Amino acid sequence: MTRTLQTRLKRCLHMAAFFALGLMLQTATALAKDLVIGITQYPSTFHPNIDSMLAKSYVHGLTRRPVTVTDADWTLQCMLCTSLPTLENGGAVLEKTPDGKDGIAVTYRLQKDAVWADGVPVSVDDVIFTWEVGKHPQSGVASAEGYRRILSIDRIDDKIFTLHVDRRTFDYNDLSSLNLLPAHIERDKFNDPAAYRTQTTFDTAPTTLGLYMGPYVMTKVETGSFMVFEKNPRWWGKAPAFDKITVRVIENTATLEANLLSGSIDMIAGELGLNVDQALAFEQRHSDRFHVQFNPGLIYEHIDLMLDNPILADRRVRQALMYALDRKVISERLFGGKQPVADTGVNPLDWVYADDVPRYPHDLRKAAELLDAAGWTRRGNEVRKNAAGAPLRFTLMTTAGNRTRELVQQVLQSQWKAAGIEVRINNEPARVFFGETVTKRKFEAMAMFAWISAPESVPRTTLHSEEIPTEANNWSGQNYTGYKNPDLDKILETIELELDRRKRKAMWRELQHIYATELPALPLYFRANPFIMPPWLAGIRPTGHQYPTTLWVEEWAVKK
Amino acid sequence: MIVFLIRRSFQSLIVLLVMSFVIYGLIGLMPGDPVDLMISADPDITSQDAARLRTLYGLDQPLWSRYVHWLGSALSGDFGYSRLYAQPVWDAIIPALSNTLILLISSLALALAIALPAGVFAATRPYSLSDYGINLAAFAGISMPPFWLGILLILLFSVVLGWLPAGGTAAASGSEGVWNHIKFLILPIASLTIAGIGGHTRYMRASMIETLRQDYIRTARAKGLSESRVVLGHALRNAMIPVVTVIALDLGVLFSGALITETVFAYPGMGKLIYDAIMGNDYNLALVTLLLATALTLIGNLLADVAYAVLDPRISYTKDA
Repeated sequence: MTRTLQTRLKRCLHMAAFFALGLMLQTATALAKDLVIGITQYPSTFHPNIDSMLAKSYVHGLTRRPVTVTDADWTLQCMLCTSLPTLENGGAVLEKTPDGKDGIAVTYRLQKDAVWADGVPVSVDDVIFTWEVGKHPQSGVASAEGYRRILSIDRIDDKIFTLHVDRRTFDYNDLSSLNLLPAHIERDKFNDPAAYRTQTTFDTAPTTLGLYMGPYVMTKVETGSFMVFEKNPRWWGKAPAFDKITVRVIENTATLEANLLSGSIDMIAGELGLNVDQALAFEQRHSDRFHVQFNPGLIYEHIDLMLDNPILADRRVRQALMYALDRKVISERLFGGKQPVADTGVNPLDWVYADDVPRYPHDLRKAAELLDAAGWTRRGNEVRKNAAGAPLRFTLMTTAGNRTRELVQQVLQSQWKAAGIEVRINNEPARVFFGETVTKRKFEAMAMFAWISAPESVPRTTLHSEEIPTEANNWSGQNYTGYKNPDLDKILETIELELDRRKRKAMWRELQHIYATELPALPLYFRANPFIMPPWLAGIRPTGHQYPTTLWVEEWAVKK
Repeated sequence: MIVFLIRRSFQSLIVLLVMSFVIYGLIGLMPGDPVDLMISADPDITSQDAARLRTLYGLDQPLWSRYVHWLGSALSGDFGYSRLYAQPVWDAIIPALSNTLILLISSLALALAIALPAGVFAATRPYSLSDYGINLAAFAGISMPPFWLGILLILLFSVVLGWLPAGGTAAASGSEGVWNHIKFLILPIASLTIAGIGGHTRYMRASMIETLRQDYIRTARAKGLSESRVVLGHALRNAMIPVVTVIALDLGVLFSGALITETVFAYPGMGKLIYDAIMGNDYNLALVTLLLATALTLIGNLLADVAYAVLDPRISYTKDA
């Protein structure tokens, strides 16, 4: 080979390498510009305050910012406000309400650069308008308690306001649920409050720029299918990395997985994606192509016990049921140890969690002792019976078609069988189970489902004796077990009003002790959210609570 | 014929009115109401809120009163508001309906284009190797579960080969152009077509075999007509009558969508819309979509009756006949 030929070949190789590099850079740039996320649910409304829905919170995390938020470290932070008002820094002041009760005044200052995407500044007018909508009985806002508690709002200037609240609760400075509405767009729509929920711009024209003040604005939407978000030209915070984010709704998880593998979507959101068992299987097959991150959260899987059932009314039977279970094995074998065992409804990540509550490790001997003492004796391997010869038998119900729950159910059934407890499975479609059986307390013994909670969320609606659904109260309340305990009622009534963190922690400890001892429900585990992400994506930090990762979308980036 | 059409249209209106009451009643009797669903998604909703919401949505009224209110509005052209999609029901229905029509008309046309000739071909060679082959393929198509077939197609053409998108619509991918729209339709249409070919082939084959046994076919053959003339000119028209009935009944199915295929391919059509409306307690949307499917089934039957008369001159709907 002559030198000239060698030189030409080298040149060709250099050029090829140059083009290849150029192509790679181009691909990387293209990747950096767009992101496609797959989720399994479509929001039923885009109005931030009508209905509560995880899918809506997820997409609004891209487009809107709450006044305050609980961050990934479970600490309350300002987002739209400049600093968190507290009693210590003078931002909050104790006062008396006009009728002489203990109230509190809390002053917030909104970010001075915060503007809606159409250029109109985010102002106190928006705060006052949001409050007016929220407290109006006909506006359609589902959870209005927070608005009703605000007695009045003082406008100090365009950016500073003081809330006068009718009680002194420990979360006095938490305004996370006050999702601001743009008064300059929505006020006209609210002229007829009864028609507001059908006329709001959030649903009639959701791509209107002025509805949003987050890093992105919604630019395209197809009902039930997808939403497209592009950079907000007037975003006042840190610039996000992606020019465009598409959120596609694919309800079938097998199809969702296939879309990820085929490259139609880049990631599956942990908040609304695969179950843990599906994600574990996915991780085994595709860990070379995707990063799977499991994050335990606040979804509390448990079994509500019907305490009107005379067998379950005996605490010894309830405790024996717990001792007979090996929840650690369930967590490890079925969920790869990703879903931690629950002791009560309070998550170990919550600062109010008490680590000295009574625990129920798998102990068949203790279970047998308790059942013997309760009059349920066993001969050989038979089902336990009482003196009258009636078998110790329960019906365990859950949502039919939920593969994970049905799997857990079978394991529970076999573990209880080893203790001489017969459990029959009777599942129902979700809408019958929740619409009738649970809400009207029609389950005979056990109902397995989950509660979605929040950090330091007082379980008044699920444990207070006034919250037992009955025909007389039109089946309202969520104390489905029918649990009544005056001591617990007292704690539930006072804990919210206790401002001293040390005293409150002690109350929370007592609450958890009562729960773990009395066992109105059998705690199982806390569900984990599996985030499935491409290896090139960085900055997503799962929170484990109700505030989605998208609220920090400006931290997401393409790995260099 | 015109009198017949007017009479049938009037009867159809009465059926629709009765059906609206039946559907409204059935949905109303289902366990739970929309507020129950809201409560299960939001533990912060208090008893006071729940009572307020029930009043606001009219759920504190008896079922008959709610139905009368709905009927009054519907007769004045207001079919109500979808709680599930936060828009007037027709705004939710029309895009889903157009998606479904594109999907199902294409797959039905394709299935018929393959199934009818295949059925005729098999019927003219009964119990031959080709008949057995066509029958086997038809049974395979009928027996294959649509969700399994759908996933299989996605795995092969989207995941392994990477030729076609795994689901959704062209708009979701941000792609424009006719080809991009077609690309997203190929797999769901293929899935539905494969399922549809089997049934229609079997109907066509059975009907054609029956027709070919008739005396007038023997006469035609005795006259010395070519086999193709006998089959296509004489037998096919009569053999089509029962097949037309099946196709006409499919019209109602066309508008009620293909739930499983739509779910597997994340395709926003009527099947998914109706299912979500029923499961989500969206009374207005469920009622209108189900009534629409009923109306189109009735129209399909009417068209079938008209088609009989066109195909078979002996059939007449005049009073003297």
